[in-house]
Amino acid sequence: MSEKIKFTIDGVEIEATAGQTIMQAADEAGIYIPRLCAHKDLLPFGSCRVCTVMVNDRPQAACTQPVSPGMNVESETEELRQIRVNLVEMLFVEGNHYCPFCEKSGNCELQALGYRLGMLAPKYPYMFNKHDIDASHPDIYIDHNRCILCARCIRSSKELDGKNVFQFVGRGIHKRVAFNSDTDLAATDVSVTDKAIENCPVGAILKKRTAYAVPIGKRKYDSQPIGSDIEALRAEVK
Amino acid sequence: MGATKKIIIEPVTRVEGHGKVSILLDENGQVTRARLHIVEFRGFERFIQGRPYWEVPVTVQRLCGICPVSHHLAAAKAMDVIVGADKLTPTAEKMRRLMHYGQTYQSHALHFFHLVSPDLLFGFDADPAIRNIIGVIKKYPELAVQGVMMRKFGQEVIRLTAGKKIHGTGAIPGGINKNLSIPERDFLLKDMDQQIEWSRGALKIAMDYTVEHLEDLSDFGAFDSSHLSLIREDGAMDLYDGGIRMIDSEGNKIIDHFDYQNYSDIIAEEVKDWSYMKFPFIKDMGTENGWYRVGPLSRVNTADFIDTPEAEIARQEFKALTGGKPNNLTMAYHWARMIEVLHAAEKMKELLLDDDLQGEDLVVKGERRSEGVGLIEAPRGTLFHHYKVNEDDQVTMCNLIVSTTSNNVPMNLAVEKVAKKYLSGTEITEGLLNRVEVAIRAYDPCLSCATHALGKMPLTVSVVDHNGQIVDKRST
Repeated sequence: MSEKIKFTIDGVEIEATAGQTIMQAADEAGIYIPRLCAHKDLLPFGSCRVCTVMVNDRPQAACTQPVSPGMNVESETEELRQIRVNLVEMLFVEGNHYCPFCEKSGNCELQALGYRLGMLAPKYPYMFNKHDIDASHPDIYIDHNRCILCARCIRSSKELDGKNVFQFVGRGIHKRVAFNSDTDLAATDVSVTDKAIENCPVGAILKKRTAYAVPIGKRKYDSQPIGSDIEALRAEVK
Repeated sequence: MGATKKIIIEPVTRVEGHGKVSILLDENGQVTRARLHIVEFRGFERFIQGRPYWEVPVTVQRLCGICPVSHHLAAAKAMDVIVGADKLTPTAEKMRRLMHYGQTYQSHALHFFHLVSPDLLFGFDADPAIRNIIGVIKKYPELAVQGVMMRKFGQEVIRLTAGKKIHGTGAIPGGINKNLSIPERDFLLKDMDQQIEWSRGALKIAMDYTVEHLEDLSDFGAFDSSHLSLIREDGAMDLYDGGIRMIDSEGNKIIDHFDYQNYSDIIAEEVKDWSYMKFPFIKDMGTENGWYRVGPLSRVNTADFIDTPEAEIARQEFKALTGGKPNNLTMAYHWARMIEVLHAAEKMKELLLDDDLQGEDLVVKGERRSEGVGLIEAPRGTLFHHYKVNEDDQVTMCNLIVSTTSNNVPMNLAVEKVAKKYLSGTEITEGLLNRVEVAIRAYDPCLSCATHALGKMPLTVSVVDHNGQIVDKRST
């Protein structure tokens, strides 16, 4: 049987299993820590840093940092909220995220996080970078304008689909998701049922011809903020 | 060459969007030319290229915040053609119709009560400090509240059919994404009779005003013209669908029940260097004679009848004034618009009592096509959306002929007629310049953004000599 350890998040004592990350332990305890690149079915990645928490007064990524006995984790502080808002805002200005007509609106984790974190008027200048669209696949459509480089598609394809459809190319501002083909997405072995498609948190990888099928008011984040499903567990844990 | 003076009215107020008027005077102070310039450029036709077709109904509606539903539905109708949905389910078509009547209702109410009523209630020469919606609220509070409540009702209809009051997502290629629940239906029905009552009142104001001022209005920016609109198969007014009908100024049918998928066979557009707005015309008739009017006046003129009882009686009264011939008075637009308000209210009630709105069958699809045209009678007139889509589902071509574009020549004519009649050889006053704007407002032009001013008219008059030098300038 795995060793049980105790630590605190925002003063609340949590029991966790040794080897778990802070995020995994927090999720089980019904405490939501904001995240974008992290996904429950994927290995820890630590890319977006939105899940940054203070562990014994040092910043750490909650999705990669393992729990240890007696650690003091701070998550819901104004300082961390501001850091997270800044990170999310930088993703918004680096891409071209037009929520008003994006078909992912209401189901988008980036948008929902912006709302949850209280992102109001933009404070960084928009970069208006030019990005491509790949609509070559009969059932899948990729809009790089909305990609936040979380690598969920890359990791899902490898870890869950047993394929290797996506990969990063380029560095810095030129970094983007490329396909494992010489031409376009249609020339890969990707399928519309792949987890790589389902796990995109934003409107970058979409199933064709499904847009706006769910009316406003019934979309995933219309009535409750992102993380509410995790927080609902809190009542049960208590 | 004699000295020439130029008067600029900028911005034109109490219209949707931003435009300006230039009036040229010769050395004797006679008006030689007057033009309405549309100085906005939006570029939707270009930047929609490359986007997936299903996104278009949601994207292009952002042309406007006043009647976005028109663009939403016109684009959705074009995309119905693309996805091969030749006949929508009853629930989908009726939900869309309800959305559209709700929009027509709120847009017409906004225009009549907020933008136009100050001119009609206080007179064209009234102090501009009073001649505005705040003045209406102070002197006619009940009327002002009615205007607000009518607009609110229309917006609620849009919210419950499209998901949001402005820029919703209800219409999708091949249908609709929601039906109307019983609680939603009852929420609207409880206010429906009151709305019809207020519509009757608004119609009476517009009708009485026209009849009482008929002598003045007969020469106020009035001119003979053709009229174009969609028409139902049986000749009834239909704001949502139909074939194209065009009549001449005497009422003779020039085009009838024309399939709008082939609109480009009969209509072309001309570009002029002094406006960002294009000038549509009927190809066979050429640019000189091929222009036409659209909107409420044209629709009431082209329709053989209206299929709701009270609006039909109102239409007959309207037609009786001209002995059954088309009415060509620019200012009769207001009367026609209020007939449509009553029609929209009656239609909404009819639809709300129809069980099809609670149906579950929302979307149909058929054989995919590469080109589609969607037309609708927007509040301001016939709206054309035309798209081509490639095999990868991306838009490759988009052509929009918006209602106000079709009224481009007519508005310019009205401006010139009013300017020549009232501004020639006399001292130019604010009240006289307001007449130019009154003529423009009759068409309810949507210049595609929300920059209409509130309060005192921010009018700047510049007198410019033939070298372009400003010799005099004053703000009213």
